[in-house]
Amino acid sequence: MADKVLMKGNEAIAEAAIIAGCRHYFGYPITPQTEVAAYMAKKMPKIGGTFLQAESEIAAINMVYGVSSAGKRVMTSSSSPGISLKSEGLSYLAGADLPAFVVNVQRGGPGLGGIQPSQSDYFQATRGGGHGDYHMIVYAPASVQEMAALTVKAFDTADKYRMTSMILADGTMGQMMEPVDLESLKVNPAPEKPWATTGTDKKREHNIINSLYLKPEQLEQVNFERYERYKEVEKNEVMFEEYLMDDAEICVAAFGIAARVSKNAINAARAKGIKVGMIRPITLWPFPKDVFKKAAEKVHTFISVELSMGQMIEDVKLATECKANYKLCNRVGGMIPLPEQVLADIEEAAKGGNK
Amino acid sequence: MDYKRITIVCGHYGSGKTNVALNMAYEQKEQGKSVAIADLDIVNPYFRTKDSIEELNNRGIKLICSDYAGTNLDIPALPDEMYAITDNKSQSFVLDIGGDDRGALALGRLAPAIVKENNYSMIAVINMYRPLTRDTASTVEVLREIEYAGGINFTGIINNSNLGSDTTAKDIINSFGYAADVAKLMNIPIIATAANKRLKAELVGKTDNLFYIELQNSLTI
Repeated sequence: MADKVLMKGNEAIAEAAIIAGCRHYFGYPITPQTEVAAYMAKKMPKIGGTFLQAESEIAAINMVYGVSSAGKRVMTSSSSPGISLKSEGLSYLAGADLPAFVVNVQRGGPGLGGIQPSQSDYFQATRGGGHGDYHMIVYAPASVQEMAALTVKAFDTADKYRMTSMILADGTMGQMMEPVDLESLKVNPAPEKPWATTGTDKKREHNIINSLYLKPEQLEQVNFERYERYKEVEKNEVMFEEYLMDDAEICVAAFGIAARVSKNAINAARAKGIKVGMIRPITLWPFPKDVFKKAAEKVHTFISVELSMGQMIEDVKLATECKANYKLCNRVGGMIPLPEQVLADIEEAAKGGNK
Repeated sequence: MDYKRITIVCGHYGSGKTNVALNMAYEQKEQGKSVAIADLDIVNPYFRTKDSIEELNNRGIKLICSDYAGTNLDIPALPDEMYAITDNKSQSFVLDIGGDDRGALALGRLAPAIVKENNYSMIAVINMYRPLTRDTASTVEVLREIEYAGGINFTGIINNSNLGSDTTAKDIINSFGYAADVAKLMNIPIIATAANKRLKAELVGKTDNLFYIELQNSLTI
């Protein structure tokens, strides 16, 4: 058998989920993530798992709620419009403190939009598409290998903090094929879940999974405690990559496919003697605030490269307290910025010099 | 390579069948034939033959495909021009078929006429580095599903085992045993081993019938 396999990003997510011990998948097909469901449909019956194509996205996310309540590793996947439909369920999962793994392979929007890649669900993922005070851990892979590695990681953090972990990819990441080393994935078994509804055997009080609290004081207390847990996530789970930041005076902020395009532009700019680097957030929530704050001591301009009308740029500004110059370099509607566009913005920033 | 009037190219999605199909059309054109390529993929809206329309135009190869290929409309549409494949017997055709049994249903519409004329080859493109066709048993299962849905049996195999741009000559050589086993189980010959042109020097003499392919233009990111 081959050491490496040539996988689509969507397939890598599905296989990594199986490796992480997920045996329950509920979904509804939508381009450009359909290969996740297709892969699960092929594989799950062979390994004693459950693949179920639900009657709708709303049904699928509520099936996730059910299986998670029973203490099993479970997932669903969709693309932008489908995630909007699942957002009520995401809020209920948060309200019941249930671990879940959710994948959004984004496409151009709003509305039905198109099937080409996009990053315009950044706000939805990091600010919560559903109602109420809650967060999800949001991972932004930039290679097919990372699609696999972050999937395994997401199951761990979801269980550890009893919350939803999301992969926020884009259509390019889902569709592109790269060699993947599956042997290198580090898998931790699911922890004990004493809160799960697994049957009491008449030996303990029965567990209740719920997001309804009759007394406002009690609901307030539950919210406070949940946010204490979120603080732990912010302390422990931030992930990012720095590229050529040691002497950088210009910093590109980009994640996912935009980071790959930007890397080419940065290399071209470096060849022209421009001191530019990149911070690539791997977790979008928690956002790598500290590394941006530290960079702002030396960097005069931040260029946020996004496949959106400018969403992450707000977090870059917040993290750096609006102390630098900011420039948005973007394409939307399914278009991807070319390295030349990013390079032009870097060169313009270099001419501008210090603020 | 020797070509029948109709060359049907099938394989699991991601096997590289579109690139193989394109290069088969290029080769027939170089052999001086009047050739058209028909994109009958009703499964995958991405990585379509239409992406190479400029190259096909430059080479004088006609492309038959749905108006919606390469657009935001993801629907399983087929072009009305597809009937030329069986009607226009003065032209050679390469058929690029969707990557599984559902994709092969599009072929089923044409299969009776193609079989009746009996001037075709039905090529299975296989890649042992793809996750759902990593062993002979799963590969044969996929190929049988395609045959059943398409209404035509395979006549030969092109071993296109590769790891994308990272592929080495050794990766290809390591796939020879796999391809031979699939051919034996399917009871059809290996027509060629496909490889990127850059590996030519390392592969000469390692196997018969090497088929060198040029890749579609792609952005390196």
